[in-house]
Amino acid sequence: MNNVVVRDYSIPANDFTIAGEASSSVRKILSQIGVTPDVVKRTSIAMYEAEINAVIHGNGGQAHIEIDENKILIIISDQGPGIADLDLAMQEGYSTAPDSIREMGFGAGMGLSNIKKHADVFEIKTAVNEGTTVYITVFFKPVKN
Amino acid sequence: MKIPEIAELIKAEICTNNYDANMDIFSACSADLMSDVMAFSKSNALLLTGLVNPQVIRTAEMMDIKAVVFVRGKKPLETMIEMAEEKGIALLATEWPLFIASGKLYSSGIHGSGE
Repeated sequence: MNNVVVRDYSIPANDFTIAGEASSSVRKILSQIGVTPDVVKRTSIAMYEAEINAVIHGNGGQAHIEIDENKILIIISDQGPGIADLDLAMQEGYSTAPDSIREMGFGAGMGLSNIKKHADVFEIKTAVNEGTTVYITVFFKPVKN
Repeated sequence: MKIPEIAELIKAEICTNNYDANMDIFSACSADLMSDVMAFSKSNALLLTGLVNPQVIRTAEMMDIKAVVFVRGKKPLETMIEMAEEKGIALLATEWPLFIASGKLYSSGIHGSGE
């Protein structure tokens, strides 16, 4: 595959001042290579939610992205506590975020469902005490059936 | 409705210089919870909020929100103004509470149904 852009970012733990830097950087790359604004927005929202999750719940982590001519793959991983009940975590409104996070404007329990809504492909691998990795793919053109 | 008109209507101070004064704002979202803002999807939108932290600007950037109004006399921090200037997002500050500022804009034509 030609023209693959690969980037890796470190997501610092509990640092809200720079949370979102990775998503902001990816957003700029997508705009620069001419990806349509609606796809840029869907990608930005999905990645930002996942990045915020890593900051809040995962003690920080890493973001790895790969862009080719058809799609972007975003892998965000942390070595945090993992998700004990994934079905429950996927429910809108369910959150384990502490009040300190809610005061920052997050932790409403909308993150995972919002990622699912905006991604074309969304997978989570998680294990208690081992961490969580989310895989988000957004296609640049509508998927043909 | 253009940003200078919005500022006049809700008696807001415009705290940034780098924004498009001719852009038409069609829709708005009022929330203190950025998680709720992230579930809102309209273009050329305005955010009204009482939350003051850099994540407000970051959320606006991700959501393509073109202007943010801080209500109840809250003022954006210097770091937030710098971020907004860089991203071309207008920041406004009004003494009015969230409900009154939202109601005034709604009754003046911003119905949240813009595309």
